[in-house]
Amino acid sequence: MKRNVGIVIVSHSPDVARGTADMVRQMVGEKVPLAWCGGDPGGGLGTSVEAIAAAIQHAWSDKGVAILVDLGGAETNSEMAVEMLPDGRRERVVVCNAPIVEGAVMAATEASAGSSLDEVRRTAEEMRPA
Amino acid sequence: MSAEIVTSERAEGSVLLDHAVGLHARPSVKLTQLAKTFKARIELALSEVGPWIDAKSIVKVMATKAPKDTILHFRAEGVDASIAVAALIGLVQRDFEDGR
Repeated sequence: MKRNVGIVIVSHSPDVARGTADMVRQMVGEKVPLAWCGGDPGGGLGTSVEAIAAAIQHAWSDKGVAILVDLGGAETNSEMAVEMLPDGRRERVVVCNAPIVEGAVMAATEASAGSSLDEVRRTAEEMRPA
Repeated sequence: MSAEIVTSERAEGSVLLDHAVGLHARPSVKLTQLAKTFKARIELALSEVGPWIDAKSIVKVMATKAPKDTILHFRAEGVDASIAVAALIGLVQRDFEDGR
């Protein structure tokens, strides 16, 4: 069976990232590749390009990966991690402009039905405040 | 004699939403996931006169915030419309298979 689009959750807080991933697993199930990361290497709040790159690798699917982020650095570091991907993979990863928790659940629900990366992103971004 | 028959069909049905918390996050996800397994266009409304929303859209289904004791109306159009409506009604009747 073809794998579904993967979901990566990137928060400044490992607790937020882990908790969001728990919600996705419990609500949506096991049909979606999922990874999370959060916190800086020193144990404080923050995000790390290396950890994000590892999470993308973990959740990799040939159909692509959608990343959900919280604030500022999570987004810029995610974009940097995507930039570092090899050709052929880079264009199959998107950073969604959506709230991290709600967006992750919506994106994963869409992904679990076998939808394309573009459909997954659009569903997550429907959650944007008007 | 040969004729190509387009086997599109329409179906509709309704069911009492008896789930304790209504159509909240988890039930909405299950309903949408099931709806997406069918080819038919499937719509959902909280009243038989609508407004009708796309039952395959998790964002729209969750936004209905249908409380307990709402009657959910389904209508579908497509090759598998009848089994789609029956399956969705079954899911609601089985209380979204909570605790499975």
